[in-house]
Amino acid sequence: MLKDEDRIFQNLYNDKGSDVESSRKRGDWINTKDLIDKGRDWIITEVKASELRGRGGAGFPTGLKWSFAPKELGSRPHYLVINGDESEPGTCKDRDILRFEPHKLIEGCLIAAYAVQAHVCYIYIRGEYFIDGEKLQAAIDEAYEKNLIGKNASGTGWDLDIYIHYGAGAYICGEETALLESIEGKKGQPRLKPPFPALIGLYGCPTIINNVETIAVIPTILRRGGKWFASLGKAKNTGTKIFCISGNVNNPCNVEEEMSISLKELIEVHAGGVIGGWENLQAVIPGGSSMPLIPQKTCETLTMDFDSLMAEKSGLGTAGIVVINKDQDIIKCMARIARFYKHESCGQCTPCREGTGWMWRMLERMAKGEASRDEVDMLGDVTNQIAGHTICAFGEGSSWPVQGLLRHFKKEIEDRNNLNPTIKKEKNIPYLVDQHLLDKKNA
Amino acid sequence: MSLRRPSKEQPENFDFNSASLEAAKSIIAKYPKDKQQSAVMALLYIAQKQNSNWIPLAAMKYIGKFLDMPYIKVYEVATFYTMYNLAPVGKHFIQICTTTPCMIRGAYKLVEACKEKISENENELSKDQSCSWMEVECLGACVNAPMLQINDDYYEDLDKEKTLKILDKILTGETPKPGSYRGRLNNEPENNRKTLMDLKNA
Repeated sequence: MLKDEDRIFQNLYNDKGSDVESSRKRGDWINTKDLIDKGRDWIITEVKASELRGRGGAGFPTGLKWSFAPKELGSRPHYLVINGDESEPGTCKDRDILRFEPHKLIEGCLIAAYAVQAHVCYIYIRGEYFIDGEKLQAAIDEAYEKNLIGKNASGTGWDLDIYIHYGAGAYICGEETALLESIEGKKGQPRLKPPFPALIGLYGCPTIINNVETIAVIPTILRRGGKWFASLGKAKNTGTKIFCISGNVNNPCNVEEEMSISLKELIEVHAGGVIGGWENLQAVIPGGSSMPLIPQKTCETLTMDFDSLMAEKSGLGTAGIVVINKDQDIIKCMARIARFYKHESCGQCTPCREGTGWMWRMLERMAKGEASRDEVDMLGDVTNQIAGHTICAFGEGSSWPVQGLLRHFKKEIEDRNNLNPTIKKEKNIPYLVDQHLLDKKNA
Repeated sequence: MSLRRPSKEQPENFDFNSASLEAAKSIIAKYPKDKQQSAVMALLYIAQKQNSNWIPLAAMKYIGKFLDMPYIKVYEVATFYTMYNLAPVGKHFIQICTTTPCMIRGAYKLVEACKEKISENENELSKDQSCSWMEVECLGACVNAPMLQINDDYYEDLDKEKTLKILDKILTGETPKPGSYRGRLNNEPENNRKTLMDLKNA
């Protein structure tokens, strides 16, 4: 288990308040000026050395992303945008940062904004988190009051304004370009890439977009050094991560742990074990609903990081672990996830708009045993028609969970769905030409 | 995609009141000059709040004029995002998360409770016209499942019995206390905490 002093989010459960004074006691804002005085290059090198990968799901190296921002400030201003549109089923880590560790996030914003030369930072929060957004707003107001941000923020000579922008219940706005569209006051429909937001983003200006958790760990990385962060976890999958363990466990919880921790340890030690015992485990969704599920036999030895989950044809995603035990109907669970994606598709690309509905309706029928056997393969076909044929990664996100189900639970679906669509009472009358009419009548 | 249609009965006019106007102006100031269109989402929220929790077409027209943008663009935004109610809902608007993590912990028991106490169908006002409920997609409190949201507040770690009690309170005009209903501290592992213990005990 990770040592307590190596945990970045000391106030994850709000044992001590989230105001600026209590945050200072935990080490926030103590030497922000010194960190920034070391310069842009030092900050980016240090973040690169930490091998921090984005915590929003895709796992893109953060230092590399920052280095894509234009080196010289041109005629267009730069923007920093923080993605707090956490809507992936199974994930609820950003909410805790927004409400209990807001100053880590704000300090991270200042450092990141300085590193990418942005004077304005927008924090995009999903509309449902209004109360948590209010808490963040209170923290931002506090920071302005103490001159930690604003004009000459923290005495660094850098000006930074932070604004909150609320979403309104669209999952797709977690996709970075859809998020930008949403801030611009449009429907949240993703843009074609390239051009990438680092060059042409918000209002056509260079924009760096990071997840809340990514930005919130930056100040601690710089204070303790990239080397310290890189020493946790394993190569290319470094540092700590907040895991959200939900579903059929005895003590569902959020916990910050070392990357590459074993799944079994997370479930057994922190979440109090699977309801009905480890033997009762059916499957685990390892990284939010869009990641393919993992069957029980693999869970035994699985370690939680980007690369080892990739090897299992799944992914770490947002590290929202959903534990499903044998009391649940796995097909029904996946049908509900398919309904989620059907509801949340933005409607821009046809394969996704139509395909998500097909997948949902087929899975609903399969859960009831009303499908024919060849439809199981047809469902696999549909997922392949969606994945890779859409503008954004929603196509993959919606079809991967279904593909995961087909990969590991095909037998269960086939056992339940034995409907034979061919006509049983076959009368073959040689002189009748319209045989199909007869078939229809008998069907 | 979710299918959303505006209500058939629409008021003729809509104007921001002075409090809304002030709020709208402070929001437009957040965005760069000439980019006031960015404020449309926030302004729709303001309109929704002013107009007892739903947005009439007149409000969309008003906001279009206010921000100097075409009405259809406001309409697009209002119909795209699911948190804008296009038809009247109860003063207490109850949203139950039924996505898989909540579902496998018994979210449909909460739906039953709402059916018993409020109305047989989704989006239907209760007898006293004060409440309505609907199933929604993931609300982002998965480790506190099952849960529901009443207006802005989250009620977590529920079961049917607790939900019935909450709904009783709502129907008698009280505001129940938001948060976990099993008495645990936020998202900590209940009775099984292994981390950050010195902070807890300090």
